[in-house]
Amino acid sequence: MAKVILKLENDISTDDIYPGRFMATVLPTETPQFAFFDRTDFNAKLRAGAFAPHSIIVGGENFGCGSSREQACSTLKGHRVAVVARSIARIFLQNSINLGLPVVICPGLEAGEGDELEITANQVLNRTTGRAFDQVQLPAARKGIMDAGGLIPYTQARLMARGS
Amino acid sequence: MTVVEKILARASGLPSVRAGDVVEPRVDLAMSHENAALVINQFQEVFEGTGLDAKVWDPSKIAIIFDHRVPAESPKTATNQKKIREFVAAHGITKFHDVRGDVGGICHQILPEFGYVRPGSVVVGTDSHTTSHGALGAFSFGVGATEMASAWALGIAVNVEAPATIRVEVKGAFPPMVGPKDLILYLIGQLTAQGANFKVLEFHGETIRNMSTSGRLAICNMSVEAGATSGIVPGDEETIRYLREEAGVVGGIDCVGPDADAQYVRTVEVDVSALVPQIACPHAVDNVKPIDQVLGTRVHQIVIGSCTNGRLDDLADAAALLRGKKVAQGTRMLVFPASSRIFGQALDKGYIHDLMKAGAVVMNSGCGPCLGVHEGALGDGETALSTTNRNFKGRMGNPTGFVYLCSPVVAAASALTGVITDPRKA
Repeated sequence: MAKVILKLENDISTDDIYPGRFMATVLPTETPQFAFFDRTDFNAKLRAGAFAPHSIIVGGENFGCGSSREQACSTLKGHRVAVVARSIARIFLQNSINLGLPVVICPGLEAGEGDELEITANQVLNRTTGRAFDQVQLPAARKGIMDAGGLIPYTQARLMARGS
Repeated sequence: MTVVEKILARASGLPSVRAGDVVEPRVDLAMSHENAALVINQFQEVFEGTGLDAKVWDPSKIAIIFDHRVPAESPKTATNQKKIREFVAAHGITKFHDVRGDVGGICHQILPEFGYVRPGSVVVGTDSHTTSHGALGAFSFGVGATEMASAWALGIAVNVEAPATIRVEVKGAFPPMVGPKDLILYLIGQLTAQGANFKVLEFHGETIRNMSTSGRLAICNMSVEAGATSGIVPGDEETIRYLREEAGVVGGIDCVGPDADAQYVRTVEVDVSALVPQIACPHAVDNVKPIDQVLGTRVHQIVIGSCTNGRLDDLADAAALLRGKKVAQGTRMLVFPASSRIFGQALDKGYIHDLMKAGAVVMNSGCGPCLGVHEGALGDGETALSTTNRNFKGRMGNPTGFVYLCSPVVAAASALTGVITDPRKA
């Protein structure tokens, strides 16, 4: 079980998650400081380590729309949070899978800040409200990448297979 | 097959591909800008511990264009650019466009302008507006930096699920002062910001056939604002004309069209003959309204430029409205051409002179104020009216600012008054 630490509306852009003015910072070790930077209070709590690992950010429809900046995923991964959203924009979803940021697509999800969620293989259970919501499985096309633990190890394996 | 299914089949060595199939197309062009700094980092990680030489698969198929923060706004950016230059030299990457006043510019203008994109090719770019290059009949889509590192290593895009396609049929002639930007804004308003998520927008109809490559680039550019994987205009006579005459391409150009029995998930029809100027209002690109609903809104900063609307015809339209007149007091106007070549052409034709005499500040070609990292930031609570492609909160560098998106003629007409103004009545 994990707590919802932030509940967001629809169409949260990668500009919101990681503002453009910090894009010159690229390394995954350096990006976490700028997560949701313009949501000042939340950013301060993240940086202070106020949340337990695996805490959940709940998004609405089209989470992560806009820019392809991968910093939007590495910044969240650095804080060891997971994203559960009603739907996720294509590039953000693929970047999340590639980097191993935990994401769950759950079209009917209803959850508020402070709720405790349990994520099973096929559902998201809101233990606070007692309601259960079905997940949409992540794209099967990307299963190989998920199983390999991300796109870097996956590409490494493909290269090695080619070399031999 | 749809156009994208055909392109994917050919690039994957398969007789046919259907939406939903998982394919691994060869990559014809792999484009990055300053975020190549992150791609290089991820690329080196891919090779770590493998004992293999960290070599890119084909240096002639990689394009790197500096545009996001040019000239560098900080030591950090300058150092990133320095590292990328070193990588470019070490790997023999030839399609490299440094900070230059002759061959520099915004990646989504440089690629078409230099003939790097051909109909039927597969283009990946570490920029969401890579959808632009569908204007030349290519399947062109945005990816993250790690996915680009994988393409640099393998020369293919791994595990691509062939997207379904929405067919967009556009008919009618644009009324005066209405054009491609109004069409794509209207369409995004209809589809919503996620209406085309994981799908392709394939554009057809007389309006598209009669549209210049510049206009097609604008509509494909903004297809991503409806969530589309790519926008695409099947290559035609205009594509060939553009590539031959403006990009200097010699040799075969192979235009790919859809089969008569191609399967579409949906067909959207638009008649532009009664279309009015469209405005995307803060803070969402799909918050689109006809101009009469926002007339008179006070504007502090007018921006004309970007990969969406910084082309020669856009500057010509703006100059025609501003010639011999003055930008309103209390409003500042920024113009940034999409490439150095366009800047030079606009100089030769006198457009730059017209714009500067009217009071506009003409900046070097680059992404400029569009993404709020470099120059042209908004003050607290200020409003911008811009021909760029995004109006998310904070987009122009200030989370308390407001950004409205419009066509170049709306921006120019409004520059004269300092409020959102209908160019049909200017």
